[in-house]
Amino acid sequence: MAAVAETGSPRAAVKAGSMRNDRRRALVWSYVFLFLFVIFFLTPPIYMFITSLKSSAEVGAVTNPWWVYHPTLENYISLLTSPQYLTFFRNSAVVSLVVVVITMIISTLAAFSLARMKFWGSTTLATGVFLTYLIPETLLFIPLFKIFAFVHDTFGISLINHWWVLIIIYPTLTVPFATWIMIGYFASIPKELDEAALIDGAGYFQMLTKIFIPVALPGIIAAMIFAFTVSWADFLYPMAFTTSADQMVLPAGIVTTLIKGDVFNWGQIMGASLLGALPPLLIYAFLMDYYIAGLTAGATKG
Amino acid sequence: MAQVTLRQLVKKYDETPAVRGIDLDIPDKEFVVLVGPSGCGKTTTLRMIAGLEDITGGDVLIGGNVVNDVPPKDRDIAMVFQNYALYPHMSVYENMSFGLRLKKVPKEEIARRVENAAQILDIGKLLDRKPKQLSGGQRQRVAMGRAIVRDPKVFLFDEPLSNLDAKLRVQMRTEIKKVHQKVRTTTVYVTHDQVEAMTLADRVVVMNGGLIEQVGAPNDLYHSPATKFVAGFIGSPAMNFLPCRLEEAAGGLRVRLTETLGFPVPQERSARYRPHLGKARLLFGLRPEHIIEQRAHLEPGQHPFEVELEVTEPMGMETLVYFMLDGTEVCGRVNPNAGARDGGRMKLVADLSNMHLIDDESGKVL
Repeated sequence: MAAVAETGSPRAAVKAGSMRNDRRRALVWSYVFLFLFVIFFLTPPIYMFITSLKSSAEVGAVTNPWWVYHPTLENYISLLTSPQYLTFFRNSAVVSLVVVVITMIISTLAAFSLARMKFWGSTTLATGVFLTYLIPETLLFIPLFKIFAFVHDTFGISLINHWWVLIIIYPTLTVPFATWIMIGYFASIPKELDEAALIDGAGYFQMLTKIFIPVALPGIIAAMIFAFTVSWADFLYPMAFTTSADQMVLPAGIVTTLIKGDVFNWGQIMGASLLGALPPLLIYAFLMDYYIAGLTAGATKG
Repeated sequence: MAQVTLRQLVKKYDETPAVRGIDLDIPDKEFVVLVGPSGCGKTTTLRMIAGLEDITGGDVLIGGNVVNDVPPKDRDIAMVFQNYALYPHMSVYENMSFGLRLKKVPKEEIARRVENAAQILDIGKLLDRKPKQLSGGQRQRVAMGRAIVRDPKVFLFDEPLSNLDAKLRVQMRTEIKKVHQKVRTTTVYVTHDQVEAMTLADRVVVMNGGLIEQVGAPNDLYHSPATKFVAGFIGSPAMNFLPCRLEEAAGGLRVRLTETLGFPVPQERSARYRPHLGKARLLFGLRPEHIIEQRAHLEPGQHPFEVELEVTEPMGMETLVYFMLDGTEVCGRVNPNAGARDGGRMKLVADLSNMHLIDDESGKVL
């Protein structure tokens, strides 16, 4: 802010090199704030990492919480050899991957039709899709419970306490936003491209698979990352809909099994959370450029 | 072999008419250019021929068959778009072969056709490139190549040169003409640029307000426009229009432009113009190249007059001179060495053998 204010000051006689000074001042402030941000956001994971290297005795002892006096990998070893933790991991992975696939199929088709096949009510429908995204899950889980109860009473199918039920529920969170991202992306593809494809002999489905999906790949990858992150990290629904340990996914599993009554197994909780954060971290690291391109493309492409 | 026929073709957007019932016959192998100002319905007409726009009324026939309800892919047409519409993720080869691959044409056949088209357009070395690695002119060639490989019955061009810079536009214009001479496919070409229309077309269709004003060979339109609109639209700088009166004079008719300036009407036109004697709202039309500097000898039909020039525009091979006659600006084209200068007086001649008389009420050239 200070740099901006200085730049705006009406100094009539601009000295040679003042541009460079302004730029330097702006950079200094950028670094100051970036540094503060980095500290703010990296402190929790670093603290988690430090704690995960401590034994339970050391966590409980009155020592410097930011220092490990007797580093140990026992938390990680016991986690990675515990069948329970690996079950959570597997459940999470299967749920997230299937949700990504379901989300992409539904939202690609929905976005293509809403962006390109103008039909009665398509604009309203597109807005409606976005509005459903605005309803928080805290409002939805009780109605969902009621629906599951109804399904159970009517058809005799039990939907509570199965890990695969999350595959049905998560798309309600992921599909609207993913569709919304892709409507914007598809809409930015010039209309002449579909017309050229139409004349070349492509049907709507070929137009989608051969033209739209390859051209909109950055947007599609952004939507995939979003869907994966949401389904990997969601906490409320697995807490509400799964109860037995073998049916749980990571976020719910860690909390329910590593906290026994009022005994908090801090070292393992921290280690388990860090390991759980790894897959999204890796995906972001590799696909970051695509993700940013996808989120901003609709705004800048003419 | 395909002629294109439009019968009473109508297009309305909601209740707003864009094309208001046009009839046109385009014989096989002809190069027809639809030209007109923006909003005249030329692009809509082209898109209806392509099948990209529903038809509100009338018929489109390709090769003698009504294709009103035939989807674009089954009309056997190829279209070149203004912004090229190349598929950005495909190489030039893939772009050109996309339609054939969809039709499941054998690979060797595709390769043969793409190579042939690439040779015609001189883009053989670009086949592995992506569209974004090409210049505007190269992209336009690829777009044309994509049309050629399909060997369609009809080529449709929608303002294909509008995105190119002036020099490249002239070059590509020649290119398109050469391609048409080689492949000889019926072509419908839309442009708002009358120079493009004149240079490319076998026949030009001038459109205005959703209707056809006139159809004819480029020179016919230029020398014998049927309406004031065509007279003013074709030719650059545009034809001069001056309010005038026809009056009887010794030995024939006279067209009076101002109180002090009048020209005798050429003898051979007297009979044609006589019925309009004394009519109000007549316009005298004369192209700038028929107002030139006075030379030693007057040709038949030339009549001298003197004016005070307002502005002169040296173009190199000629100089455009602008002057006022009774409040109307008039443009002439004089020799660059004739001594025209801003604000100077100059002796000019008007070549009345090329005059036009227009009924301003009906807009018809008389």
